[in-house]
Amino acid sequence: MDLQEYFSLVFTDYTLRTITLGTAILGAVCGMLGSFAVLRKQSLLGDAISHAALPGIAIAFLLTGAKESNTLLIGALISGLIGTFWIRGIITKTHLKSDTALGLILSLFFGFGMLLLTFIQKQPNANQAGLDKYLFGQAATLVESDVWFMAIITGICLLVLLLFWKEFKLLLFDADYTKTLGFNTKFIDILITSFIVLAIVLGLQTVGVVLMSAMLLAPAAAARQWTNSLGVMVVLASIFGAFSGVFGTAISASQNNLSTGPVIVIVAGVFVLISFVFSPSRGLLFRQIRFIKNRRDLELHKTLAFMYNIVENHDNISHPHAIKILNNFQGYTKSTLQKLVDRNYVTIEGNMWSLTETGFNTASNLYNQQNLNNE
Amino acid sequence: MDKNIAVQVDDLTVAYNYKPVLWDIDLEIPEGVLMAIVGPNGAGKSTLIKSILGILNPIAGSVSIYGKPYDEQRKLVAYVPQKGSVDWDFPTTALDVVMMGTYGSLGWIKRPRQKEKKAALEALEKVGMLSFKNRQISQLSGGQQQRIFLARALVQNASIYFMDEPFQGVDATTEIAIINILKELRKAGKTVIVVHHDLQTVPEYFDWVTFLNVKKIATGPVKDIFNDDNLTKTYGINYKVSIQE
Repeated sequence: MDLQEYFSLVFTDYTLRTITLGTAILGAVCGMLGSFAVLRKQSLLGDAISHAALPGIAIAFLLTGAKESNTLLIGALISGLIGTFWIRGIITKTHLKSDTALGLILSLFFGFGMLLLTFIQKQPNANQAGLDKYLFGQAATLVESDVWFMAIITGICLLVLLLFWKEFKLLLFDADYTKTLGFNTKFIDILITSFIVLAIVLGLQTVGVVLMSAMLLAPAAAARQWTNSLGVMVVLASIFGAFSGVFGTAISASQNNLSTGPVIVIVAGVFVLISFVFSPSRGLLFRQIRFIKNRRDLELHKTLAFMYNIVENHDNISHPHAIKILNNFQGYTKSTLQKLVDRNYVTIEGNMWSLTETGFNTASNLYNQQNLNNE
Repeated sequence: MDKNIAVQVDDLTVAYNYKPVLWDIDLEIPEGVLMAIVGPNGAGKSTLIKSILGILNPIAGSVSIYGKPYDEQRKLVAYVPQKGSVDWDFPTTALDVVMMGTYGSLGWIKRPRQKEKKAALEALEKVGMLSFKNRQISQLSGGQQQRIFLARALVQNASIYFMDEPFQGVDATTEIAIINILKELRKAGKTVIVVHHDLQTVPEYFDWVTFLNVKKIATGPVKDIFNDDNLTKTYGINYKVSIQE
């Protein structure tokens, strides 16, 4: 199956449609909540939570013997939440910093989870296979009920977000101030964190424990490059996330044996890369272009200012001067003089130059602007 | 001269881990003063206002605002945090930050409307930042960011203002603009409490002062207690400041 075939099948084929919808919804909800994680500088929290979910999956299987995703994901949710609150506890109750707490919980829980997985695999039970799909995810196992479940959670998440938008924004920007205004910051914090945990757990089946945090962060990091508004950022991150899901699924479905999770994450990474380079206001490319342009303008302005200094002493602004005097000025080159002529700031007659009125006014404004900036 | 007590602090003790940062502070701040809190680095100046505002939990002591606990009097109090305490690259505009000052009176869930926007615009005008209202906050200079924080507190229309180093890293023009606003607030009968670093400007800007170095050294009118004796007690070295008449 190639990509074209995929897109013609996606609306008719039940499995493809389910998987595509599932990954799209997952991408959207992760982008939405990932924006908050990124702005709270809790990017690594997602990584810790997803790894902390692994032992929950294994324990849920050991206790119930069930392999259906809902039971296992409840286990993941519980151990994810326990991990999160331990991290919070370590940060508030001990001298350890948050990166230490995150790293500690991440590796401890993940290690314990792997231990349980190997233990399960050694058991004489035919039912054991397939748990390791939660490591890297397997979108092909998504069924319609999973997608419905994801859609409902996303809907609730969206509702809560709209309802508490003001409070979320306030907490993200200035937590101390939020407290002084009388809002219960702990409640807002737990609300955001719980939804992040929920989104991560939703994605475990599709993207897997190891790569889940990228799903959370990549669309948000990409979106931040394009806008200076929190609202637009959240919407953009959802769109980037959804598209990563769809394209990732399309590529993995059209190339046999490529697992979906990693492909989705790589597509999201491409979004990040494009955003870092091409964003008009924050992107590397335009920043470099602006930098070069500014430097050129500055050279021009310096020469113009030098000329202005000379002209200022004469009553007639168009009084001609020898080009030779400019040689005393460090920044002067023939091409800058030509550019000044092109812009109609200066006229040249023989080996004499004189400022035009436009040139004089521009130069005097230049000074005013500099003075303003110095204030 | 019998004045109302705006803020009363009793036996306040705050400790990080085992080291006390504030030790047994008793403080009465009368209504309508413009007060500086001065002291060396690590004296607990910021900690004092953060504890009064309930951002930090003291291990002992109590605070009352006009005779009642802070929780009941929140709407009378506004706070200007240190400029460096937030990430100015946050995706939002100057107007939006000032609007946050209205969130407290709005309460949970309710959205700001035209009335709140109008109040925010007025506050921006008061601090001379109206033309920057749609500017992304990272594109503002340090002084402009400080004015935005001030405008956010002004929107709260409080009776008592707590400010944590509002003059830190601002240029002379902004400093004058800010101090004029503070003096106007005092004229309107508000109480303004400012963590301050520049001892030279204390007599010129403030009428009340508190010396703090873990313990409270002295508190009272600037003209009575702002002297070499208290400065030496607070800063630990033989401090001489020439007070201009």
